[in-house]
Amino acid sequence: MSLDSREQIVESNAASSLEALAATITDGALLAVPKDSSGVAMAATRELVRRGVRNLHLLCVPVGGLQADILIGAGAVATIETSAVTLGEFGAAPRFTTALRAGAIRILDATCPAIYAALQAGEKGIPFMPLRGIIGTDLLRNRQDWKVIDNPFAELDRIVALPAIRPDFALFHAPLADRHGNVFVGAKRELMLMAHAARQTLVTVEEFIDENLLDDPQRAPGVLPAIYVTRVAAASHGAWPLAFWDLYSDDEAALANYVAAAGTDTGFTKFLDSWLDTRRAVA
Amino acid sequence: MSEFSRTELLIAVVARLLRGCRHVAVGASSPIPGAGALLARMQSNSTMRVTVLGSLRHEGFTSGGVELFDMAAQGRIDAFFLGGGQIDGQANINLVGTGEYPNSEVRWPGCFGSAYLYFLVPRVILFRDEHSRRVMVPKVDFISAPGASEPGVHRVSGPYAMLTTLGLFFFDRERGRFKLDSVHPGSSVEEIRDNTGFDFDCPDHVPVTPPPDAGTLSAIRGAIRSDIADTYPRFATRLTAAS
Repeated sequence: MSLDSREQIVESNAASSLEALAATITDGALLAVPKDSSGVAMAATRELVRRGVRNLHLLCVPVGGLQADILIGAGAVATIETSAVTLGEFGAAPRFTTALRAGAIRILDATCPAIYAALQAGEKGIPFMPLRGIIGTDLLRNRQDWKVIDNPFAELDRIVALPAIRPDFALFHAPLADRHGNVFVGAKRELMLMAHAARQTLVTVEEFIDENLLDDPQRAPGVLPAIYVTRVAAASHGAWPLAFWDLYSDDEAALANYVAAAGTDTGFTKFLDSWLDTRRAVA
Repeated sequence: MSEFSRTELLIAVVARLLRGCRHVAVGASSPIPGAGALLARMQSNSTMRVTVLGSLRHEGFTSGGVELFDMAAQGRIDAFFLGGGQIDGQANINLVGTGEYPNSEVRWPGCFGSAYLYFLVPRVILFRDEHSRRVMVPKVDFISAPGASEPGVHRVSGPYAMLTTLGLFFFDRERGRFKLDSVHPGSSVEEIRDNTGFDFDCPDHVPVTPPPDAGTLSAIRGAIRSDIADTYPRFATRLTAAS
């Protein structure tokens, strides 16, 4: 395959091909993925769909977009846990809304800070995290796993307790990794949170560099240390057709085509066939 | 008086509602509030801080996605915007969908941070670009965030105002009701009543929403349009076309 020729041989045990990275994710796994602006591993998602992954519990941190919609449309998702799914300026996520109406997936609706808080409990190894708000919403009524407790330090103060989340896998796209498996995530600290909470972290990167990322004191605070990282694969333009940080913008034509196609079952199937066939030519 | 579009009017009203704020945050899918907040910042001679989520230029967080919510809980955010596929007369909002949950007939994206921020940000402005009986309902089908809370639930705030395509309301937290404050040019109290599925307070004389002045309009068409384009490029293009 054409991408393999571009992948570099790296020394770290974490270095991986895209295919091997995607193959790590088992059916039925609790898979945590980030919001669009953090860095979505779309090239890896394509490999995941190609291998026919099933029954995922997809955790969107804290919201999902194109990636979630495609995984749902491809029949890979049993449960989605999210604070929203949207294609942003491109509108509603068509496969998500269709699947919900048909009862084809289970949804655990959440609110953004609750997902972060539950992951923080996960990264700290504690059983739950209390969080303000939420009481009096229909979210709470539909979340049997969320409890209301009394603040043990005050009178008449009820607060929601969220059970810790430890994802089986965190999967995201980042700009750089080094040959030791350290990954640069910059100020996108929600990626660090996901990796800290998850049992395994899988990352695609625009490129590998030779220097050790932790040797540069200016860069080191934005580095996810290799100890958290199970696999890293090179994927140039790995977030395409989504924007990636300030490195590239949305492919507006591709996203508009998706929205136009994915409104119907047959349209989505056609999209999926061509997406799985395409290896994006990248200069 | 110069010609102006409804979008430009709404941007100008948003900016007016934000006067005096130290830090305004704008969430996902909110181009008009985003443009209004950037206008308010300009009008404050940049003493106001504005955070536009998803913006490369206007999101200065270094602690990740959680930072906005931590800031809100500490009182570091003075104003935020929420919307709703449905909004009712008690200012409950529904961002989830219509009909029987979870197999909603119409499903919207989801609650985002509303179930938390509505409790914690002092000046929450409800913004909706549609004012109709399918939006302004007697009772929402799903409470994403409640307009009021019972005693024993920590709540520093709640709804402040509601701005729609037809008019501006303020929310009276004591009475738990909206009060119509002004009617946008071209609309009327009757039109608002006809398109609102709940009762609201209405004084005998309701003024017309003041239109944006020439300086405000040229700011919206110039600096603000290019400022919002990094987050909402398609909206910025339409803004040019509308003016």
